[in-house]
Amino acid sequence: MGAFRALAEAIRETVHDGDVVAMEGFTHLIPFAAGHEVIRQGRRDLTLVRMTPDVIYDQLIGAGCAAKLVFSWGGNPGVGSLHRLRDAVERGWPRPLALDEFSHGAMAAAYDAGAANVPFATIRTHAGSLADVNPHYRTVTCPFTGETLTAVPALRPDVTIIHAQKADHDGNVLISGIIGVQKEAALAARRVVVTVEEVVASFDGAGPNACILPRWTIEAIAVVPGGALPSYAFGYYARDNAFYQQWEEISRTREGFTAWIDEHVVQRGQTEAAASGSPA
Amino acid sequence: MTTTAPWTGDEMLTIAASRAVADDDVCFVGIGQPSAACNLARLTHAPRITLIYESGTIRAQPTVLPLSIGDGELCSTALTTVSVPEFFRYWLQSGRITVGFLGAAQLDRFGNINTTVIGPYASPKVRLPGAGGAPDMAVSCQRIFIVMPHTSRGLVDRLAFITSLGHGEGGDARARLGIHTAGPAKVITDLCILEPDPVTRELTVTSLHPGVDRDSVTSATGWPVRFAGSLTETPAPSASELEVLRALRAATAKAHAAS
Repeated sequence: MGAFRALAEAIRETVHDGDVVAMEGFTHLIPFAAGHEVIRQGRRDLTLVRMTPDVIYDQLIGAGCAAKLVFSWGGNPGVGSLHRLRDAVERGWPRPLALDEFSHGAMAAAYDAGAANVPFATIRTHAGSLADVNPHYRTVTCPFTGETLTAVPALRPDVTIIHAQKADHDGNVLISGIIGVQKEAALAARRVVVTVEEVVASFDGAGPNACILPRWTIEAIAVVPGGALPSYAFGYYARDNAFYQQWEEISRTREGFTAWIDEHVVQRGQTEAAASGSPA
Repeated sequence: MTTTAPWTGDEMLTIAASRAVADDDVCFVGIGQPSAACNLARLTHAPRITLIYESGTIRAQPTVLPLSIGDGELCSTALTTVSVPEFFRYWLQSGRITVGFLGAAQLDRFGNINTTVIGPYASPKVRLPGAGGAPDMAVSCQRIFIVMPHTSRGLVDRLAFITSLGHGEGGDARARLGIHTAGPAKVITDLCILEPDPVTRELTVTSLHPGVDRDSVTSATGWPVRFAGSLTETPAPSASELEVLRALRAATAKAHAAS
């Protein structure tokens, strides 16, 4: 528990074909480096879970890692479409993609229920058509007031992967800034992998209410500076907005996407692994 | 639409939307035109307005408009930042948000919104980004303002898919579903302002922007749109409104080009 590992080793030990994998980070602290490692290891048939699929899931879907997507908003924030997600849904390339689609409120509550070890979450109904296309939307009657509420099943990922700012030497992890749904997604999962910007001696100065995951909630930690790029790490580096805008063009064609993944994920990973002396 | 006005349709939309909120409003703000309108209000007539983005940033005061709902600028200028589950449950579902600002890919005559698919869900012609927090906002915010460009492809008669509930099939549809918030109270476009009819809840034009005539609204609306008997003209943008909005847009463009 809380063991430091090379990134490739951490992913190899925890992510298997067919797993339900959540990579969270609400615009902030998106675990791009870890996602790229999943692509390099060629995992298949994953059920990918994430509130806002973003560019990282566009890459995993386009690379053929996913059989299913559980999500609540699938766009390139501030830019437009996720073209690889659209190609998979509209034309089945590189393979068909099943969808379990929720609202943010429903999905956040589903993670919360998973973390709390109850089988479902309740929210007030938001009506509309989502419940017609997603059979996981059900209703439940309040045993105290008789009110009808919407129920959605708890999310219990096999593995949740997040990026955070700091770990201490014992392997405890500190997250700050927009904390999103990372704590719930981590505590709902069977296994947790965290990549961090740096290792520090202590979290002094973080304050008594800081968002901290204790070492005994974490399977593996990998130190990956810049591991959230092109998203950002509050206190470390800004979001690479220009890349998000460039992704619109890179991802528009299958050929352009495949060439980018080959150069920036597959080959770069091999080069970096060779330089660091660790096995790719 | 006049071509001689010294402002664009988008500027008129943003300024008209900014006037719809007040100092004591607590606003749930989406990215794009909603964010521009709410920040314009904060920088002009409503300096104490509370702006909340769904990343959990409460009373964000960004100096430039964010590209995404979770930009660092929102967090570093906010009064506090809470988790996403806390935000949706304690702050939104609890009814503490007075105004929810939404954009829409498609809107029907009863203010229902589609941001999910064009064509059949199982085999869509166009897959859109989907729900986000909009369905939750649509039922939990005390009232909803919608901002969107006015086109007959956007404002349609009926929707095949309702992502976020407006007034359903009209009349008391919301109340029959057990939903007691007001729903869409204003739709603000680059041509006009529409509000629901008090009885039928059909969106009706209540104010035309300066230089816009009825025909241009009718031809850009996908249903036989009706005009209120008390139809008014939207006050033209003031010099200071335009100045503040243009300065905000310029600062935003500069900041995002540099990053």
